[in-house]
Amino acid sequence: MKLGAKAWINDWLEGLGRISQLLREVLQSAFTHRLDGSYFINQIYFIGVKSQSVVLITGAFTGMVLAAQTYFQFHKVKMDTATLAVVGVSMCSELGPVLTALMVAGRVGAAMAAELGTMRVTEQVDALRTLAAHPVDYLVVPRFLATLVAMPLLTAESIVVGIAAGYAVGVQLLQIDPTYLWHNMLRYTDPNEVVAGLTKATIFGGIIAIIGCYKGMSCGEGAEGVGKATTEAVVYSSISILIVNFFLTLALNRILE
Amino acid sequence: MIEVRSLVKSFGSHRVLDGVSLRVEKGESVVIIGRSGGGKSVLLKHLIGLVQPDAGEVLIDGENIARLNERELLRVRRRFGMLFQGAALFDSLTVAENVGFVLAREKQHTAAEVAKAVEEALEMVELPGTQSKKPSELSGGMRKRVGLARAIVYRPEIVLYDEPTTGLDPIVSDSIDQLIMRVNQHLNVTSVVVTHDMRTARRVGHRILMLHQKRMYVSDTPENLFHSTDPVVRQFIDGVSDPKEHNL
Ligand SMILES: Nc1ncnc2c1ncn2[C@@H]1O[C@H](COP(=O)(O)OP(=O)(O)O)[C@@H](O)[C@H]1O
Ligand SMILES: [Mg+2]
Repeated sequence: MKLGAKAWINDWLEGLGRISQLLREVLQSAFTHRLDGSYFINQIYFIGVKSQSVVLITGAFTGMVLAAQTYFQFHKVKMDTATLAVVGVSMCSELGPVLTALMVAGRVGAAMAAELGTMRVTEQVDALRTLAAHPVDYLVVPRFLATLVAMPLLTAESIVVGIAAGYAVGVQLLQIDPTYLWHNMLRYTDPNEVVAGLTKATIFGGIIAIIGCYKGMSCGEGAEGVGKATTEAVVYSSISILIVNFFLTLALNRILE
Repeated sequence: MIEVRSLVKSFGSHRVLDGVSLRVEKGESVVIIGRSGGGKSVLLKHLIGLVQPDAGEVLIDGENIARLNERELLRVRRRFGMLFQGAALFDSLTVAENVGFVLAREKQHTAAEVAKAVEEALEMVELPGTQSKKPSELSGGMRKRVGLARAIVYRPEIVLYDEPTTGLDPIVSDSIDQLIMRVNQHLNVTSVVVTHDMRTARRVGHRILMLHQKRMYVSDTPENLFHSTDPVVRQFIDGVSDPKEHNL
């Protein structure tokens, strides 16, 4: 038991070390090598398209359930018109970025691990290296930068959809006064919440891409290896997102005070 | 031109190569034979820096590439072409994009020059007009040819072949053998071919090396090797399995 725990911690630290090293290489390469523009645009497009349905559905239903639940509580103390303010604040600073990141990890992070993993087991990554191309420059950097750009956009989309859906539920279903509802939402949702949310989204994007690419590039042999890499990419990036989110909330609260 | 000195490589606790040494001269065509799983691919990958040795040296024109990092290796690898066992074509790209990959990334060539070089390379491997096909539309033999076109289009000095004919029918194998011989003659390259196909070994090799029990066992001309009386060599050439391995 004790031995198992020790081995587990060793593995974990080693993985963290390798991921940090990959991140360093990616940043170095991003600043020193010219990016393949069309490949980069393709990646953004791919990430955006692949994530549309999940981001819209999670955004909308989260906004709706949040509006309903808040109303049930606030109605008791006659604060009905503050309902959407709660939706706005939670969507911007926490639920928008975290839920979007978890969804994108499941779709895009998994796809990156599977694609790069398949390239590795079929020797395409080795072929790339023999053709005098660095795999980090050619495969990882465009995916990393594309996710960094796409994540805040998708998060903004999910925030907007969430608030709109919450508004619709408040007005149509719960019969709250629309003018005050909207006015209070704008009054209590600080622009800093939006800045914090989009900052988080960018950082989560980096986590998803770096873990997805790392798992793909270090994938084990055969179909089994690819499957394992894909699952691990999703699990590890989801857990990292949740943990990092807590510390980011504390840090951003300080900075944006 | 290529020299390997006492190469040692293990994966985890499994030692694959244990003190392998060899030398390949400029313009020579050397074939490495040996049992499946004996470490031939691993050895070949050391020559181009895809795998780093645990101990020993890999010298390319006197430069030890075992000490270079990935970025420094890119410069060395430009002198090499490699045909992989499964061809390893990029399946998201077309045949033309695969073959023109290196040239398209080097800024000094225009698109028209790249297209012309790709066309010539595809003609050399007898697959003209396949530029816009995707690798998934090609047969195994065709993929190998495209892989070869991709490896020679930028005029490397050294070409490495990993099991060029394994898994192909005898007629396609024959055409691949002829292609290798043609590349050797026309492009004047140094080549290293890894195979367990004795017919290929006999036809394309000026010299045959046999990897046996993690080391180089023999190095000889095809004639001498095929008339060898050494029991280990004979067993491999005649394709006789060891009686001890029968009781599976
Ligand atoms: N990247 C790797 N990780 C772990 N083991 C490997 C790796 N590459 C090769 N091996 C092992 O090395 C041995 C030799 O493999 P290989 O060189 O492919 O043999 P072959 O002579 O058939 O080409 C095999 O046992 C294989 O499992
Ligand atoms: Mg092999």
